[in-house]
Amino acid sequence: MTVRDNFASMDYGPALEDATMALAWLESNDNRFGHFIDGTFTQPSRNFESRNPATGELLAQVSYGVTKDVNAAVSAAVNAQEEWQKIGGAARARYLYTIARLLQKNERLFAVLETLDNGKPIRESRDIDVPLAQRHFYYHAGMSQLMDDTLAHRDARGVCGQIIPWNFPLLMLSWKIAPALAMGNTVILKPTEYTSLTALLFADICHQANLPDGVVNIITGDAQTGETLVKHPNIDKIAFTGSTTVGQHIRTLTAGTGKSLTLELGGKSPYIVFDDADLDSAVEGLVDAIWLNQGEVCCAGSRLLVQTNIAEDFLCRVRRRMDRLRMGSPLDKSIDVGAIVDPVQLATITQLVNSNKSGDIYQADIPFPETGCYFIPTLISGLEPADSLMQEEIFGPVLVSTTFRTPDEAVQLANNTRYGLAATIWTENLSLAFDIGRKLATGVVWLNSTNLLDAAVGFGGVRESGFGREGGWEGLEAYTQPRQRTKPYQPIRLFEGSRPPTAAVDRTAKLYINGKQVRPDGGYSRNIYNSTGVSLGQVPIANRKDIRNAVEAAKSARSWAQTYGHSRAQVLYYIAENLSARADEFANRLNAFSGRRQGASEVQASIDRLFTYAAWSDKFDGHIHDIPMRGMALATREPVGVIGAFCADDVPLLGFVSVMASAIAMGNTIVLVASEPFPLAATDFYQVIETSDVPGGVVNILTGSHRELAPHLAGHLDVDAVWSFSSSDISEIIERESAGNLKRTWVNLRRARNWMQADAEEFLSAATEIKNIWVPYGS
Amino acid sequence: MSHAAITELKTIASTRNPGVALDIPWVRSIQSNRSAIERRAATLPARRTVKKDWQAAWNLKAISCIDLTTLSGDDTESRVRRLCVKAKQPVHPHILAALNSPRLSVAAVCVYHEMIAAVIDTLKNTDISVAAVSTGFPAGLSALDVRVKEIEYSVSAGATEIDVVISRRHVLESRWDSLYEEIKEFRHACGDAHIKVILATGDLGTLRNIARASLVAMMAGADFIKTSTGKEAVNATIPASLVMLRCIRDYFDRTGYKVGFKAAGGISKARNALSYLTLVKEELGTRWMQPDLLRIGASSLLGDIERQLEHHLYGRYSSENRHPIS
Repeated sequence: MTVRDNFASMDYGPALEDATMALAWLESNDNRFGHFIDGTFTQPSRNFESRNPATGELLAQVSYGVTKDVNAAVSAAVNAQEEWQKIGGAARARYLYTIARLLQKNERLFAVLETLDNGKPIRESRDIDVPLAQRHFYYHAGMSQLMDDTLAHRDARGVCGQIIPWNFPLLMLSWKIAPALAMGNTVILKPTEYTSLTALLFADICHQANLPDGVVNIITGDAQTGETLVKHPNIDKIAFTGSTTVGQHIRTLTAGTGKSLTLELGGKSPYIVFDDADLDSAVEGLVDAIWLNQGEVCCAGSRLLVQTNIAEDFLCRVRRRMDRLRMGSPLDKSIDVGAIVDPVQLATITQLVNSNKSGDIYQADIPFPETGCYFIPTLISGLEPADSLMQEEIFGPVLVSTTFRTPDEAVQLANNTRYGLAATIWTENLSLAFDIGRKLATGVVWLNSTNLLDAAVGFGGVRESGFGREGGWEGLEAYTQPRQRTKPYQPIRLFEGSRPPTAAVDRTAKLYINGKQVRPDGGYSRNIYNSTGVSLGQVPIANRKDIRNAVEAAKSARSWAQTYGHSRAQVLYYIAENLSARADEFANRLNAFSGRRQGASEVQASIDRLFTYAAWSDKFDGHIHDIPMRGMALATREPVGVIGAFCADDVPLLGFVSVMASAIAMGNTIVLVASEPFPLAATDFYQVIETSDVPGGVVNILTGSHRELAPHLAGHLDVDAVWSFSSSDISEIIERESAGNLKRTWVNLRRARNWMQADAEEFLSAATEIKNIWVPYGS
Repeated sequence: MSHAAITELKTIASTRNPGVALDIPWVRSIQSNRSAIERRAATLPARRTVKKDWQAAWNLKAISCIDLTTLSGDDTESRVRRLCVKAKQPVHPHILAALNSPRLSVAAVCVYHEMIAAVIDTLKNTDISVAAVSTGFPAGLSALDVRVKEIEYSVSAGATEIDVVISRRHVLESRWDSLYEEIKEFRHACGDAHIKVILATGDLGTLRNIARASLVAMMAGADFIKTSTGKEAVNATIPASLVMLRCIRDYFDRTGYKVGFKAAGGISKARNALSYLTLVKEELGTRWMQPDLLRIGASSLLGDIERQLEHHLYGRYSSENRHPIS
């Protein structure tokens, strides 16, 4: 091509980034890598190949991590943790700052290596991945500095096992390592087998930063290596980013082990375009939503929902825009769409697209690279929710679309998914935007923008997109825990007896479901005796059908979430008022149940607890994150949804009230399983609820065996969270059964809690999810 | 409009935009989201780059689209003649020869009315257009009759392109019909001379106003819409240009008429010019990268491009004094 030819064609021509330095770095390591354990690289062993997906060329041999390696890394991390925590936030901040600086000084090396290894366009690794990775270390250097002041009552979790995916290898590494280190944890990080190289380069950076040995350990390998790490007994916390299927597996593996868990999983994020949007900008946003990183993005706006009256016009603009995408060598600076990470992923995408027989398929009319691992940008329009491509995550450059007529229908379609990671809304109508934004079941919402990410803003999902947040103040929870000493919680058994009740008239305790007293489905009751063996009455034995009914009631009462905090406070105060009016009666009953004399103080604490959560109802605010752009990220607190809870056995009223009040204060509805040995406190209490303006279904009360009910409540797919404060050994079964829809769990692992303390923030935080709404603005 | 319909419209021969009836609902329906537009504008230069022989070709293309301009109170005939000679020979012949460049001149020379004669005299026997700024440039606040007369004078003096300024007050007060009528009248006065409508985007307050003014100008028969006079506090910007280009595309989609784009004011470096070329290629396609549909109003840009071309050929960074001034 001569200058004259180019003058005629006005093509871009090739603009290849020079990969010499990155290749030289690989060569300086003999293109072979061991694991990074306790500050040094191990001898390479059990090698597997790491290839450039764009060319197929071999980049390096990487070591396959087995149990021995994982053990070594975990002991290094365990040994390093105490000292790393002890040196304090200010000292750790300097290390994080140094790492951030070193990332910046080597930014092009990281970018080129990432592109070679992953296949993503150099423009993205250079302008997005690497700068954001730096930003995470800078931001968390600050968090580390401030920890002693702002998180005075929280400590590090300890040793963290972190497993990251192949789509943003360095960025996901920084999301995991920066907050963990800042809060005083030590880590063992495992990148995927497709993309280990920038993690290994990062190990080099840790060495240059003079980071104490064992604080960061990197083990390369595949899913089996990851599983070994997950199962290691000395790990305190697992953080995983990857597929929902693997996330569910990890949830099952860690059930009952006491390992804290955060999961950032798949998505099928809606991209909603209203008819008053800036359509060309919305089209451009779509490029960043679904063709960024070849669509291999967990929060990719992969499901286009466009208002019917503009659908034809909009899709026409999309198709035309697709024809201007440039696909090819990821090292070319003018390339929009690079290579798919591996032939295995390419096969998956191809299979999913080929299996679809619905709608209209449009594929970009652009040159297709002759060799390498590529998939042509694709739009499949005219699909319906029942078409499988509207539900299945493709994880490739494939956009699917359908239309909606009204805002309500947009919300209905958007939420018709088992995922809940992110959503994008395009409209110039701010009041519409916020209304829709609040109604979407996602962890992130972008208004008139898409795929914006920043260290100051928590990222993470709801539903089967996982739980936990990465980034921002909210992200620190994953790497810290309340500083508290707990004691074992001994099982509290029912009193036995045989003597008949002394009351003149029989009093029948029932279940309380949907605002009504109902008899148990199974038709069985059991006697409850006091400490001297006298019957106090009978309580129903609830079964799984009662759980079904209670959850259905709780679900149908979800409009409770739309009430105002002020109104919910009024209801809680009213409950307190009514409890107070019957304080003596409750105190006497509590004393009668337990044979102890703490009744009066438990009642007063319960009234106080109701006041506490009434107070919090309209004060557990979100906040506005400071982001490096003209805009705001609003961290709003939203109720988790339907919560199932097993109440504490030893304080049958206070335990019940604490859980109920915190949950409903935040707008949740709840199914409470009463204290197993002293259930009558809860069944007495429904009379208080009935007289306190609590809408039917908001609070539902069951009695029965915790152990028998646990799998059914934890397994119910319409329950969003399960808490257990039971003295029965049900933590493991709850965590295991929760894997089905990845509901949030909060279990006591049979550790006792001091219920006389409110610990309100812990409860409120468990009762809410943070949704970050990004609002760029400009006149 | 359907994809098929647009393809069909594209086959309509490229004729001069005659304008269409003022379509107020269309004008009002336009949305321009500043954040999103700025984001696109900010990332675009990072998404596309041209190197080596392509960069040289693009630099030459930029030259071919230049309206070489002098609009100073101290302009004299001698100053303008010097400019015209540079317009004919914008790059040293040995550089062009070494690049095997096609024959190259700038697209037009752009001056005030009083300088037209000197330009015509110097540019005779070339195909470089003679452009005059008009209509009370740069503020456009003289009497309408006078502004129309000014166009007629310049056309009779031999100008083949007239760069008119709009009444910004019509935009700021949303008087779209007044704006439409004004531009229509200018267009009529231009006759066969092409009309470039300067929106003075820096004065219009919002991107949405820029979009609306762009549409009204095209409806009124603009051959080009142009960003700025070069005299506003803010002149050509990528976001404003992006808005205008998208309007040009919408207008083409609905009417089948191609309207040209001119960026002016503050474009003094080769890399700025290439950003505009990239923007046009991305939003409108290669067809719009020809001088009949793309202009860059500039005075000092040429010198920087010459230095880039010399560097491309010889691998050494160049110096200003090696290139003849205009």
